[in-house]
Amino acid sequence: MSKKMPETPMLDQLEGGPWPSFVTGLKRLAESEDKQYADRMKDLLGQLEHSYQTKKGYWKGGTVGVFGYGGGIIPRFSEVADQFPESAEFHTLRVMPPAGMHYNTDILRKMCDIWEEHGSGLIAFHGQSGDIMFQGCSTDQVQPAFDKLNELGFDLGGAGPAVRTSISCVGAARCEQSCFDEAKALRMNVNANLDDMHRPSLPYKFKFKFSGCANDCSNATQRADMAVIGTWRDDMQVNQEEIKKKVAQLGRKEFINQVIRMCPTQALGLNDDDTLDVDNKSCVRCMHCINVCTKALKPGKDRGVTILLGGKRTLKIGDLFGTVIVPFMPMQSDEDYENLVELGQKIIEFFAENALEHERTGEMIERIGLANFLEGIGLDVDPNMVSQPRTNPYVRTDGWDDEVAKWNARKGPAAAE
Amino acid sequence: MTELRRPIESGVPESFPFMHPLLKKNYGHWAWHDRPRPGVLHHVAESGDEVWTVKAGTQRQMDVYTIRRLCDIADQYAEGHVRFTVRSNIEFMVSKWEMVEPLIKTLEAEGFPVGGTGNSVSMISHTQGFLHCDIPATDASGVVKSLMDELYEEFKHEEMPNRVKITTSCCQINCGGQGDIAINIQHTKPPIINHDLVAGICERPAVVARCPVAAIRPALVNGKPSLEVDEKKCVCCGACFPPCPPMQINDPVNSKIAIWVGGKHSSTRSKPAFHKLVAAGIPNNPPRWPEAAEIVKKILYAYKEDARPWERMNEWIERIGWPRFFEITGLPFTKYHLDNWRGGRNSLNASAHIHF
Ligand code: SF4
Ligand code: SF4
Repeated sequence: MSKKMPETPMLDQLEGGPWPSFVTGLKRLAESEDKQYADRMKDLLGQLEHSYQTKKGYWKGGTVGVFGYGGGIIPRFSEVADQFPESAEFHTLRVMPPAGMHYNTDILRKMCDIWEEHGSGLIAFHGQSGDIMFQGCSTDQVQPAFDKLNELGFDLGGAGPAVRTSISCVGAARCEQSCFDEAKALRMNVNANLDDMHRPSLPYKFKFKFSGCANDCSNATQRADMAVIGTWRDDMQVNQEEIKKKVAQLGRKEFINQVIRMCPTQALGLNDDDTLDVDNKSCVRCMHCINVCTKALKPGKDRGVTILLGGKRTLKIGDLFGTVIVPFMPMQSDEDYENLVELGQKIIEFFAENALEHERTGEMIERIGLANFLEGIGLDVDPNMVSQPRTNPYVRTDGWDDEVAKWNARKGPAAAE
Repeated sequence: MTELRRPIESGVPESFPFMHPLLKKNYGHWAWHDRPRPGVLHHVAESGDEVWTVKAGTQRQMDVYTIRRLCDIADQYAEGHVRFTVRSNIEFMVSKWEMVEPLIKTLEAEGFPVGGTGNSVSMISHTQGFLHCDIPATDASGVVKSLMDELYEEFKHEEMPNRVKITTSCCQINCGGQGDIAINIQHTKPPIINHDLVAGICERPAVVARCPVAAIRPALVNGKPSLEVDEKKCVCCGACFPPCPPMQINDPVNSKIAIWVGGKHSSTRSKPAFHKLVAAGIPNNPPRWPEAAEIVKKILYAYKEDARPWERMNEWIERIGWPRFFEITGLPFTKYHLDNWRGGRNSLNASAHIHF
């Protein structure tokens, strides 16, 4: 015990300035001489300073886990352990938070106590995938730390080629724009796939994310393989008295500038009596006008979700957004939620069987084509899946009549109206 | 040996036991909201219940002392409940308006800035960096701390045309995601291979398969099985590094910072958009990355000055056009801004629309 504090001239510069400083926090841990992690955090600071000086990282992976699971721990071994022996092992436990990241102080304090006893005292709320990251565990403390967190009602998240921890927006808990129960959908979907989370054996990672509306506060569209985004089918709800007040507050010119002109599909008009004219058939449920007029406008009542598939960042073929595979799925009854879970499982199964190693869902669809994917899953094609039909003629259309028959069978009664 | 404990495979825990009682009571039944001041949201339920949310910035990487202090504050003012946003802000829900001011005072006195709501610059979403990642070329927490120091007032005020989401990433995998402004590492030289280690550590076919431009091939070097890189083909993406650490892509001098703009996840107004490269070759300069911060501020203040209310960064640029963007930010436009990757032709101007 009682190692000296390392010299950290570069990190010290990150203690100044008004924003909360992680360096000050690290130092506080390193100076907690009565705690088992004090020396580890001194060496951690030493290694971090070394990284700042040399502009290089010094962690490498390895294999560390807990009994019964194949993932959820991010092993970190120092490559400069000879200089910083106390932080030679600095693993992370990825732990799934409740959906919406709600906590009471009792649970947070218990987490702190566990991490004070078994870890480093350093916790991130939250990692990019949405896990609580308990960082800085030695190999022998991983199991006891997990056991205690697990007894507290928490479970490990995903890592590696697995279903990953999910994120939902605050949604129904505090937002009037929420179009479904995001937390319920998250919990049901992830918990139905725990085997693929805890025993990684998929081609690559698979992420679900849930946003209550097109504002997409959980960043699902690009960051999730399966993005579930709230929407509605009927007309949006308009309180014309509140619209008049908003017009009075902003002035007509600004109301037109900020609401009417910014509608992406020109679905809005301002009536002569300062009420709002909404062309609901042209509206694409983008949420803009509702964001501006929070008192006057609300999503409609026939609510559900749009599902996009295949979002991811660059590696390997370049960035991909998720694209629509289900324009609308009602999300009201328990059965609706079960249908969503079933679809998720079907997609994961298809992904497991058809993706190449290290290929994400978006890349798989890029390779096999959306039509093949839809057929594999049993979803019908829909014009909402494209921003426009194909422009190149390199396609064999000898099955045209069959496809037309399918469309007519599906749309027949409606089309005949 | 003692019996090993089997995990309780409980998955995602229920939210309700942890949720603020008013949120639980009015779950799915909120009527409207407004923002009485920056950093504070006011939600009204169909039942007439009201809740005020005070949002504060944190350092994300928190020591237990900080967390316990935040808990004390929540116990004192917020009925013992908090939640976190995806950008690592902490939110305190308060059932009485009278509690809002004292809570804000306490938070700020303790060094937690209150803000991040509406059309402000919210906390920068960031990755692990030197502190914990196995492949970073820079730190994340430090970049974010330096920048948030500079953008502190923009966090605390709602003076931007619309919300601004900034992200950082310490390698080209870009775990930070899309941002109105994204500050990402961009390697500029092919990996330097430690041939002695390749055979022992790397699964060679898997590494070959990772390369997006098929630049890697198996080779015998000094009589040992290793890999070689066609340096003319290599795009310096670093994809080969995670599966094969001897392919050192990180370089203190040649791993630079690039800045991208106009990424947007939401489908609000315009469709979601990827961020686009605007500046590269910026030195990776810890501990405060002043050169990167300078460019970020230049872009941010041009947007603040020029965009119309509700326009996100990409929508503003869409309206004024890229020539004007480069003109008013003073950033140079180079051949590297032309996209030559698959599908890149779609980004070219196939029209006679010219900005003068
Ligand atoms: S929700 Fe979007 S598309 Fe629909 S009317 Fe409002 S602004 Fe237009
Ligand atoms: S850095 Fe990228 S392009 Fe270069 S060899 Fe490695 S994987 Fe291929």
